[in-house]
Amino acid sequence: MSSNPSIIDSLKPSGDPDVDLRVRLGEVDASMRVPAMLFLVSAVMWLLAGTAFAMIAAIKATNPDFLGATEWLTFGRVRTAHLNAMIFGWGNNVIFAVAPWIMGRLCRARIRHTNILLAAGVFWNIAVTIGIIGILKGDMIGVEWLEMPAYVTPLVVLTYALVGVWVIIAFRWRQSDHVYVSQWYLLAAFFWLPWLYTVAQVMLIFEPANGVVQSLTNWWFAHNVLGLWLTPIALAVAYYLIPKVLGRPIHSYYLSVVGFWALALFYNWAGVHHLIGGPVPAWVISAGTVASVMMVIPVIVTGINHHLTVVGLHKEGWASPTIRFVVFGAINYTVVSLIGSTMALRHVNEVTHFTHFTVGHAHHGVYAFFTMIMFGAVYYMMPRLLFREWPNAFLIKVHWWMCGLGILLMVFALQIGGWFQGLQMNALTEDGTPVYTFLQTVENTKPWLWARSLSGLMLLIGHVAFAINVYWMIFSPRTQDKVTQPTLLTETTEQA
Amino acid sequence: MKSLPLIFLGVFFTLAFSWTGIVLTTHMQMRDLTPATAELVNADDEPVAGRQFMVDGVNVKNTDGMTAYPLPLVGEAQRGKLVYQEMGCLYCHSQQVRRAGFGADFERGWGNRQSVARDYIEQDRVMLGTMRTGPDLTNVGLRYSELWQYQHLYNPQITSPGSTMPPYGFLFEVREVSSMRGPSPDAIELPEAYHPGEGYELVPTQRAKDLVAYLMNLQQDYELPEMKFTE
Repeated sequence: MSSNPSIIDSLKPSGDPDVDLRVRLGEVDASMRVPAMLFLVSAVMWLLAGTAFAMIAAIKATNPDFLGATEWLTFGRVRTAHLNAMIFGWGNNVIFAVAPWIMGRLCRARIRHTNILLAAGVFWNIAVTIGIIGILKGDMIGVEWLEMPAYVTPLVVLTYALVGVWVIIAFRWRQSDHVYVSQWYLLAAFFWLPWLYTVAQVMLIFEPANGVVQSLTNWWFAHNVLGLWLTPIALAVAYYLIPKVLGRPIHSYYLSVVGFWALALFYNWAGVHHLIGGPVPAWVISAGTVASVMMVIPVIVTGINHHLTVVGLHKEGWASPTIRFVVFGAINYTVVSLIGSTMALRHVNEVTHFTHFTVGHAHHGVYAFFTMIMFGAVYYMMPRLLFREWPNAFLIKVHWWMCGLGILLMVFALQIGGWFQGLQMNALTEDGTPVYTFLQTVENTKPWLWARSLSGLMLLIGHVAFAINVYWMIFSPRTQDKVTQPTLLTETTEQA
Repeated sequence: MKSLPLIFLGVFFTLAFSWTGIVLTTHMQMRDLTPATAELVNADDEPVAGRQFMVDGVNVKNTDGMTAYPLPLVGEAQRGKLVYQEMGCLYCHSQQVRRAGFGADFERGWGNRQSVARDYIEQDRVMLGTMRTGPDLTNVGLRYSELWQYQHLYNPQITSPGSTMPPYGFLFEVREVSSMRGPSPDAIELPEAYHPGEGYELVPTQRAKDLVAYLMNLQQDYELPEMKFTE
């Protein structure tokens, strides 16, 4: 390199290709250490805050007088604070920690100028904090998934740009010939979200569209936050970690290509299934229903690909915290997506629409799929960034069992309860009067909502166990030094 | 799949496709919707049958002397919508009536015609809602009195025992009955069990009045050329 490096040279993040791969991955890890820790610690704190909001909202759903006199904790606000804390506080922070790191590793490109990522981390957390305070004090915007007041928009856009640019730079100066499936997903996601967000902000908040075009834009955006942001990132992580930990390449390159493009093509039309039966043009509902059903293709293809990669290695997988969480998430991706496709059918939707079934489905996707995979990623990433092992295997087990069983209980309770709620809401006697009064249907959902609160408590315990482990790992080297082997959950043959 | 431009183009066009379809096309389809009278007439003021909006290539027009709907919100009701929004009412209440035979919206008395796109064109914020933890509110202004609304907001158990709706007591004020002026004309009648006590009265704040004005304005009790009652 010349003595006077150009701007391009100083941006160029790739390492020396002659050096051993492990050393170069170590360089990537070292470059991401500080920003990833900032994002991760913030993510865990938002996870706890979001769980606290969730518990308050869950109790209020059966006992409306609980904290009923406090305006800023009224159900509509605290429930919205919960959603925003989880998606934008926990979800995006953990993505900003994991995604550039995986991209860097796959491209063998160090993340340079990490001060910019650190600044992004600070901006992001300020934005979410102001946004949630805004929601609680009554500045919320009446658009689902876009409730954070318009005054945080500039900070949000700035952060997406500052983080996204490193993902793209790493990819541009990649040093491997082959481009792995995780890289497509990450690249696509970091392009899709800013576009979705910008269009939604303009058409809903700064220059609101006419009438129900708002609702269509709303669900185009909100469903795609799930489908074109959380989903591709979680799939990228699964595609990266499953082969990595199990030491076996992904089963089929071609299946991953089909899965990727089918998802890109179909998922972004699916969102309008939230408006089935609503006052919008029938053709757009039909298109959304068709796309939702077509999602079966990428889901099955990805499911088969993951399954055939893991098959036969279940015992090894069970020992690894990473694989337990990631495989749980990958299985639930298949299940939740197939349920979602079914829910888009008009006659199923007639029952499930407007009920707790949908709430159960949302948690199934965002938690049992996305969040569980991100937990797995954190279990893999932190030891490599900090050169330390996880201090306590028991806490990992508590985290695993509480969150795994907790989320299953939640999904069962809300979906079974929601299904009955929908049937009772629609049930008519022969002379065309409702069989159940509205208040009877409300009464009948209460036991299921109690079960949901119980499942929330289990998740809370799991999250606290996780947070303690993360805290010990970062801030308590003494607890830490006792562990020298990778922390596994069962004994492997090697150790035995 | 190694090339950045190729992946980028694919990624760009897939999202552009759905944006064009769901957002842009529906925008173009609906941007010309205006308030309309229940019956339309052609250029010679002759009634036009059915749902036509064009006759011989000429736009049909509203009938003279009939009111064109929907009407925009004004005054207290307009402010009340902001209260509805900041309290997050949207997360438990929908504002859309589905057609007869799809669900039981008609049978539950939530409306006697399906809601259509034109019903929402005067709204600067459309809140169709995706949950019915509580009932649909499209026509709630037709179903209950103002007093019922105040009592229900103050404590839903007064009117709807077993309801899981949050109480909005913070939108009301309990105060001593003025010895000079006597009871306030705004004071809300309450059953014995919820009454603040002898010498006290419950008065709605301005926000509660706005919210009730908004709720009383939620009425789709008009016909449109494309949608008549009991359709």
